[in-house]
Amino acid sequence: MKYVDEYRGEAEAQRFVRAIHDTVTRPWTLMEVCGGQTHTLIKFGIDAMLPKQVTLVHGPGCPVCVTPLELIDKAIAIARRPEVIFTSFGDMLRVPGSSTDLLSVKAGGGDVRMVYSPLDAVKLAQKHLDRQVVFFAVGFETTAPANAMAVWQAKQLGLDNFSILCSHVLVPPAMEAILGSPDSLVQGFLAAGHVCAIMGYWEYEPIAARYRVPIVVTGFEPLDLLQGIYMTLRALEEGRWGVENQYARAVTRDGNQAAQRLVGQVFATGDRQWRGIGLIPNSGYRLRPEYARYDAEQRFEVAGIAAQESPLCIAGQIMQGLKKPHQCSAFATLCTPERPLGAPMVSSEGACAAYYAYHRTAVDVPV
Amino acid sequence: MTDPLTNLQCPIPISDYPTVTLAHGGGGRLTQMLIERMFLPAFDNPQLVQQHDGALLEVNGARLAFSTDSFVISPLFFPGGDIGSLAVHGTVNDLAMCGAQPLALSTGLILEEGLPMEDLWRVVQSMQGAAQAVGVSVVTGDTKVVDRGKGDGVYINTTGIGLIPAGVQISPTRARRGDLVLVSGAIAVHGIAIMSVREGLAFETTLASDSAPLHEMVREMLAVGGDHVHVLRDPTRGGVASALNEIAGSARIGIRLNEAAIPIWDQVRGACEILGLDPLYVANEGKLLAIVAPEAADAVLAAMQAHSLGREAAIIGEVTEEHRGRVVLRSRIGGSRVVDMISGEQLPRIC
Repeated sequence: MKYVDEYRGEAEAQRFVRAIHDTVTRPWTLMEVCGGQTHTLIKFGIDAMLPKQVTLVHGPGCPVCVTPLELIDKAIAIARRPEVIFTSFGDMLRVPGSSTDLLSVKAGGGDVRMVYSPLDAVKLAQKHLDRQVVFFAVGFETTAPANAMAVWQAKQLGLDNFSILCSHVLVPPAMEAILGSPDSLVQGFLAAGHVCAIMGYWEYEPIAARYRVPIVVTGFEPLDLLQGIYMTLRALEEGRWGVENQYARAVTRDGNQAAQRLVGQVFATGDRQWRGIGLIPNSGYRLRPEYARYDAEQRFEVAGIAAQESPLCIAGQIMQGLKKPHQCSAFATLCTPERPLGAPMVSSEGACAAYYAYHRTAVDVPV
Repeated sequence: MTDPLTNLQCPIPISDYPTVTLAHGGGGRLTQMLIERMFLPAFDNPQLVQQHDGALLEVNGARLAFSTDSFVISPLFFPGGDIGSLAVHGTVNDLAMCGAQPLALSTGLILEEGLPMEDLWRVVQSMQGAAQAVGVSVVTGDTKVVDRGKGDGVYINTTGIGLIPAGVQISPTRARRGDLVLVSGAIAVHGIAIMSVREGLAFETTLASDSAPLHEMVREMLAVGGDHVHVLRDPTRGGVASALNEIAGSARIGIRLNEAAIPIWDQVRGACEILGLDPLYVANEGKLLAIVAPEAADAVLAAMQAHSLGREAAIIGEVTEEHRGRVVLRSRIGGSRVVDMISGEQLPRIC
């Protein structure tokens, strides 16, 4: 299949694997920022093909995983209201809140619907003018333009029955938080290619310079990742830092300007809580005051809801790269995809779920 | 254990799942939990514990396969079929996976108040057309109507009995080391065709469901493979991955798959890439998996490929004694990973 098979060739993959083995002379720790990259690495067995000196840690780039527990509780409270049609991307539906998840709200009679695009939620609002349609606007810079477009369209259409529960987070502040942590082990980054397709990569240049790390903008196919890893390792071995772009077929330095303009029109940056990590200054988007009437938190008065994380879950340490999923005492025993204690076990992009699904032979844990 | 009253307790801890969720019907781990913890202990008998697609009954020397299936698909009419033909094919295929040729079907129709009579007529005609094509009759039935809003138009149950030819021994526990794993054609077509017309996910495609009766192809396979055909399974809900995991679990063997050998159409692969779905977990309605002794594999494969429903049949893996109970896949780039049983429904990803 075009644009896929080219990036999944066995011979080319093996060539990169050999080049990586030839390049590495000492131990290095890299972080792939995005959950989609974690997924590819493990789904194709790439991590096991790398030299033992190379450690990959799985970054905080899974939107499902970093959405705070209390926001999920808010979503559940809104979804339970009889006048609400609650819409969401598929993988948010199973994320556990403090006591239940959105799929269970649906089982209990709530009108919870999976959509593939926030614009479909706007269409639902047009179709059901007597109901309140809420979209769970989760994600990184990648999903922000479509979510901004949904709000913008709702305003143009004069829809009073559409709102979003907004939990947008941004990659560069999270990378800075990781690099600024005294415990950080990360020496080089594979930056999230799709985030950079929207935002460009100029934002990463000062980070690379300040912390003297190589950052390679990397795609999501197996060959993308192998090449990104190779480029990062070569920079490390040669003592270079700075930003390089592996994913040039999709990413430019300046990104998608039209998308950025729309996002800037609808959203403003502000502080955000990250599940498992905590508050990171200026690390998220909230609706601008002129779009406040599309804010579901205000419309349904759920701002007061607070929540407590499971004390057993070490999601924060996993997403900062301090521990691997199988080093958690609850992994695959108390915490499974059926009974997840924390979000990284829920989303198929979550590091714990990826380890659980594809990796249990290697880490030797009970079935 | 000695107190008979403890048996009255629900075996699935209420604290885990106080209510049934959709995932309990997804064909994956939660479905398996319902079967293992609730149904098997409750109905405890030697036929049921085999967890075959149907029960095997011996009546005066004749071996009968007996199977039932219910259909709750939405939408009722979809590209490549409808709930009526699907209900006939589903049970015919369950019988075929026991090695049986169908003798007779029953049907139970649960209709929702307000269903257009025209729709019901289309469904009934489609059932009759499918049954006629298979050469089996619907010999008994039942109808109930539920209040508006309490059903999805039509729910259909079909039950079938079939005759197993002498010398045929199909059972999930018969998979042996060295056996080869065959699939009858391109995977994941039905699930993607249905998804393409569902509200909220509609996307343009020319895909049609692969819903089809497999008993004829099975007859051809058994004619050349006989007793060397060890296991047959139609990978419906939960897809190829879940079906192979079930076999690996029942036979206590490992299964090694070769990703590059698994037939899949570009359209299906493309849809799966876009939606973030793994085609190994997507439903099929007109495909089968066969586990066959190596000495007969080529002949069985040729018999499948000679049949119109098996032209793209391929050998996709083998049975091993390593990693018992697990399915491991060699990826296209030469890495390897565990292919687990699905947990709940597959959900499209955010980005």
